[in-house]
Amino acid sequence: MELIFEKSRPGRSAGSIPASDVPAINIEDVIDRKYLRSGLDLPEVAEVDLIRHYTNLSRRNFGVDLGFYPLGSCTMKYNPKVNENAAALPGFTGLHPYADDELAQGNLQLMAQMQQYLCSIFGMAEFTLQPAAGAHGELTGIMMIKKYFEKKGEKRHRILIPDAAHGTNPASGALCGFETVTLCSNSEGGVDIDHLKSLMTEDVAALMLTNPNTLGLFERNIEEVSHIVHEKGGLLYADGANANAFLGITRPGDLGFDVIQLNLHKTFSTPHGGGGPGSGPVGVGPALVDYLPVPRIVKTDNSYRWSENYPDSIGRVRAFYGNFNVVVKAYAYIRSLGAQGLKRATQMAVLNANYIKEKLKPYFDLPYDRVCMHECVFSGSRQVAQSGVHTTDIAKRLIDFGYHPPTIYFPMIVPEALMIEPTETESKETLDAFCEAMITIAHEAQESPHRVKDAPLSTEVNRLDEVLAARKPDVAWKKQ
Amino acid sequence: MDYTPHTEEDIIQMKAAAGIADIEELFADIPAKYRLAQLPDIPAPLAEQETIALMNSLARKNKLPRLTLTGAGAYHHFIPAVVGHIINRAEFYTAYTPYQAEISQGVLQAIYEYQTMIAHLTGMEIANASMYDGASAMAEAAILSAKTLNRSKIVIARSVHPEYRAVVRTYCWSNGYEVCEIPFVKSGQIDLDLLQKELDETVAAVLVQSPNFFGSIEDIAPLADVVHAKGALLVAGFTDGTALGILQPAGELGADFVVGEGQSFGNPLNYGGPYLGVFAAREKFLRRIPGRLVGATVDKNGRRGFVLTLQTREQHIRREKATSNICSNEALCALAAGVYLATLGQNLQKLAALNIQKTQYLKKQLLGLPGWKEVFTAPVYNEFAVSCPDARKVNEALKKEGIIGGYELQKDYPELKNTLLFCATEMLSREDIDRVVDTVKGDR
Repeated sequence: MELIFEKSRPGRSAGSIPASDVPAINIEDVIDRKYLRSGLDLPEVAEVDLIRHYTNLSRRNFGVDLGFYPLGSCTMKYNPKVNENAAALPGFTGLHPYADDELAQGNLQLMAQMQQYLCSIFGMAEFTLQPAAGAHGELTGIMMIKKYFEKKGEKRHRILIPDAAHGTNPASGALCGFETVTLCSNSEGGVDIDHLKSLMTEDVAALMLTNPNTLGLFERNIEEVSHIVHEKGGLLYADGANANAFLGITRPGDLGFDVIQLNLHKTFSTPHGGGGPGSGPVGVGPALVDYLPVPRIVKTDNSYRWSENYPDSIGRVRAFYGNFNVVVKAYAYIRSLGAQGLKRATQMAVLNANYIKEKLKPYFDLPYDRVCMHECVFSGSRQVAQSGVHTTDIAKRLIDFGYHPPTIYFPMIVPEALMIEPTETESKETLDAFCEAMITIAHEAQESPHRVKDAPLSTEVNRLDEVLAARKPDVAWKKQ
Repeated sequence: MDYTPHTEEDIIQMKAAAGIADIEELFADIPAKYRLAQLPDIPAPLAEQETIALMNSLARKNKLPRLTLTGAGAYHHFIPAVVGHIINRAEFYTAYTPYQAEISQGVLQAIYEYQTMIAHLTGMEIANASMYDGASAMAEAAILSAKTLNRSKIVIARSVHPEYRAVVRTYCWSNGYEVCEIPFVKSGQIDLDLLQKELDETVAAVLVQSPNFFGSIEDIAPLADVVHAKGALLVAGFTDGTALGILQPAGELGADFVVGEGQSFGNPLNYGGPYLGVFAAREKFLRRIPGRLVGATVDKNGRRGFVLTLQTREQHIRREKATSNICSNEALCALAAGVYLATLGQNLQKLAALNIQKTQYLKKQLLGLPGWKEVFTAPVYNEFAVSCPDARKVNEALKKEGIIGGYELQKDYPELKNTLLFCATEMLSREDIDRVVDTVKGDR
């Protein structure tokens, strides 16, 4: 498809600017010519062409509203429309962040209550809504841990991270100046307790644990893990990416976690927008409350206001108060479902994952055969051995069946991993049809492997040359 | 409201298939004593009608102003109707990050086009797919500079947005880098002499904004020479992105990175977010910059297509050695920005000129009031600082008229007493401006 630049014709425009109603001045009289630009090279298209351009682009894009999207670890549940309508209310979209607190009481009440609900759901003492996404929340959490030890006058240099963890975990640790040390998994897919004991010294600031982990498995020994970490004065960090697995069932605060970051765009159904915006609230236990980012909301009698008066705070991690409009959607979601609805969401998400696991088990290798939580992780090793069909081929073939592929090649400890997260909003018929497609592909891999390796056949473009893209980078169009 | 489609019969069949008698068995790995006996404390579920009624009641507790005269990092601009229609297409907004390129060409191409527009606007060769916001984009540019040059000091102009400076301080503290602030001179621009004294071989980057927090346009070219003479990098931010429609971009004046807030491009005020961080750079930093990058390539039939590229910079491949930890960005806001810029085209320059016209009119009218004085002498885009007899009183009077007045600079700059930072965009009519001035005069 042509680029918008290739559709551009000099003199066309899709926008109109009002005529000035103030006495005209010559711009060069107020801004020295040397500060002015010589030309502007933006696309020039008529409105109808612009709309067709982007509408046609949208038709080359797959979203949850088009079909099943079992992208593991991303919790691609349905995004209820009422939440979108709520967030679009002018009262929420129209206010400047520096409007007096007095003008923003609705926003402040919403954010304060949201923090309170999150505290109750996750068993934490306090939440901040400032981080813009999950990884930003991780960074914020690790910064608070750093501050905690700084205030205690302790120098700790290391953070422990399991081998199955998301890449953001070690990257967040490194961005805070910590050395990250890999903690091995045991044969059951949990933390290797002996390895943890050997690594856990007084130089370790924290263990960053995703629970359930990226294999979709709950850490059975969580009590012991918590004990080992805390005994050496360390803190326990929860990556809340998989929080959809335990809403209303258990609480990280009760399990011994000192800090947790969430992803509202996963657990609380705010749409991910093709890469963002997300929202990454961070909850803390009593030990870390003083270090939360500023500003924080305080309630006085019957009103709310912002306060910066927290001398031990890590400071700010972004301007203003976070992705407020995303928080509005998550708030509407929590209020719609209530506690019972959140618990039901978790129960159905876990039931769906186990149903898929059982149905596909005969056809694909299941490295950890035990009850899973909200997602299950298979391996395509059998297909590789039998016919040279790789996980990426299976994923691409699924596209021809009308599905978004699962997460592939992650976690890294499972060879040829296929990580399937159905979420709770998918029906049994959808899961059955998806499993049928997977089984068909498993047969195709044996009988006509080329069909799988040539996939996808149904899309506008076939597999793209990523090596070329990296070797000869073209990240901005240049006029020929 | 319940969005799960499971019937009781479905659940019975699925439990049987999963080999369990009771749903509780699915949670057997969680030690019994940690399983909640009681549900979290959240109000009872609501039907859709009740949800929207609740949300309406909260939204109405906010008091929307008739006029907004504060900019200070968030700008009230008109958003053409096409922007909302495009970003509300579910194919875009209900998608995840485009990991599977074959069914994500829509967002990939749109972001490639956005990157191209941003690179052009900022005068740079490359731009990424967006950062969280202007402040975090600036902080990441500082960290990247320090890591690239293996130097440990960041110098930042005091005329940079106070919250951006706060974010830079937070990021630098966590990396063990020192931050040093450089005062401004009477023009409102950075003190070049003091900067020269502060610059040495330990400085990785100098961070400025143009227009800066006071609205003043910085003289980037000589600044770049001074910074580069000591081997440091120049990170040039901007405040209101629409300024790029008329001002010469820092990329053409020697900056190494141009970062800033892209909210002005088709994104509502939203009480501070979501916005999008613009991040543009010289080509030599291509393999080091943070964030997603979309690149053009071909499929096996030679058809052009787009992919996430140079992912070896990123956390999911490189883990602790990644250039940043960023994963989710602000893709939908960047899509809005791309649609906005394509809608305006050449008109972006006209829009910028209109902002200048309105600003100069407001400024002239305010400076005609007794005791009101211009604070800085450098040329401005659509924001300017004025001192007045009683800033608080001015804003209170405006508030009574439903107008958000100027930003009180004394909050962040104690020496700038009774000084207000005003912003005038195309959203203010002459009548509005006259009303503001009359209100301040006490004529209303």
